[in-house]
Amino acid sequence: MTTTLDMTALDLRQVNTRLQAAARAQANEDYVITNPRGSHAMACGLDGPLGVTIKGSTGYYCAGMNKEATITVEGSAGPGVAENMMSGTVTIHGDASQYAGATGHGGLLNIKGNASSRCGISMKGIDIVVHGNIGHMSAFMAQKGNLVVLGDAGDALGDSIYEARLFVRGSVKSLGADCIEKEMRPEHLETLAALLDKAGADARPEEFRRYGSARKLYNFNIDHADEY
Amino acid sequence: MCGIVGLFLKKDDLRPRLGDMLTDMLITMTDRGPDSAGIAIYGDAEAGRTKITVQSEDPARAFADLDAAVSEALGQPVTLTVVDTHAVLIVPDDRVAEATALLEDRGLRVMGSGASMEIYKEVGLPRDVAARFGLRQMGGSHGIGHTRMATESAVTTMGAHPFSTAPDQCLVHNGSLSNHNQMRRRLAKKGVFTRSENDTEVGAAYISSRIAEGASLGEALDGTIRDLDGFFTFVMGTRTGFGVVRDPIACKPAVMAETDDYVAFASEYRAFADLPGIEAARVWEPEPATVYFWER
Repeated sequence: MTTTLDMTALDLRQVNTRLQAAARAQANEDYVITNPRGSHAMACGLDGPLGVTIKGSTGYYCAGMNKEATITVEGSAGPGVAENMMSGTVTIHGDASQYAGATGHGGLLNIKGNASSRCGISMKGIDIVVHGNIGHMSAFMAQKGNLVVLGDAGDALGDSIYEARLFVRGSVKSLGADCIEKEMRPEHLETLAALLDKAGADARPEEFRRYGSARKLYNFNIDHADEY
Repeated sequence: MCGIVGLFLKKDDLRPRLGDMLTDMLITMTDRGPDSAGIAIYGDAEAGRTKITVQSEDPARAFADLDAAVSEALGQPVTLTVVDTHAVLIVPDDRVAEATALLEDRGLRVMGSGASMEIYKEVGLPRDVAARFGLRQMGGSHGIGHTRMATESAVTTMGAHPFSTAPDQCLVHNGSLSNHNQMRRRLAKKGVFTRSENDTEVGAAYISSRIAEGASLGEALDGTIRDLDGFFTFVMGTRTGFGVVRDPIACKPAVMAETDDYVAFASEYRAFADLPGIEAARVWEPEPATVYFWER
């Protein structure tokens, strides 16, 4: 059953209350939201299986803290989309603004357009697939999970990165501190193939390069004592 | 946090609706800046004549005989249109300096001047400010607006955006500049003075001074990336169009939309929701440290 919630008739709080209650009830229903008009915090805090399709563009913090729900934005998303996602899938048909998927612990964030700066900042296990380009300082302090970029990456990719894996098909403008290109081993190709398939991305794993941590910042180096 | 909106029309048939569209965009940005609001609107120009927009705390007294006084002093008739706390005087181009000095002597605050630019700004909610000035009824080729959440200077009319520091030029800003005092001193040494304590006015004066030295709008905006320190998303209005630039960190939001009819700028997509044909518009986020401008 699909329920349509029209935001010309319902305000944001009414819409989110309906969605959150349905998610909590483990209803596994489908909802369509019309006339989102760039509203903030749409479909956030969903804590159970639910399908949500948003017909238009969203503002700040759409699909934040998502758990198990499948959320699709048929437009572009403002800053902080799918921030701190735990599980589930968030798909953006257009572009995503800055810090998409920040601090995410799990699930898949699938961005069909471009993502801007700070994509996947401090990611902690989320998988992010960006079909276009990403902006500067993406995957800053990224701890765990996979960031896959079919286009190009901006400046300072993976600065101060921990154990997240970064796969970029296009160019990388510059790598951040302690981020290096790494060998693409069979297990990485396998992971990447599965992610590309899941995200419906038209690309082959062999076309990508892998980047990750040089692990030089993990421990204090006594030779650098003078620098402090 | 502040809100910025901008609209540049590519076709003349939307000109009568410019104020109406900008007003909706401005009111939508109230959450980002409820302290004050302002708009610069580029309307019809009359050859050989300059518009000077002035403001007074006591408009009934200040504007009562203003046209007669200025006409007498200049020895030729001037036109005066009073709009709430603001008034627009239309004077011959070669008498602008004289008229401006006269207006300032009478205790009036000069908001800006130019062939087509008029500036209206006041303390208060954007909805109320727009209603006071009748912004909805204003037409023009392009305009920029701002809703302010004050950080770097007090909530006053003079601290409201847009800031104009040269004819037909104005600037709105989301962010805060950290080297504005140093830049203010540097500009003063070159004879470029600002009227307020506000950081954005220094940004506007910097751009105007670069243009006065011969830089193009694009070059002047490019210079902000190198010479101004701090956070900024700037939208700069000129007689022929507007330009956009964001600092390299680009944490202050910006989104743009373009159709065959217009180019629109806003801090958030929400401000575009009522624009005609927005569903089919090309919508994108301007890149950091990249200058964009549109001119007719």
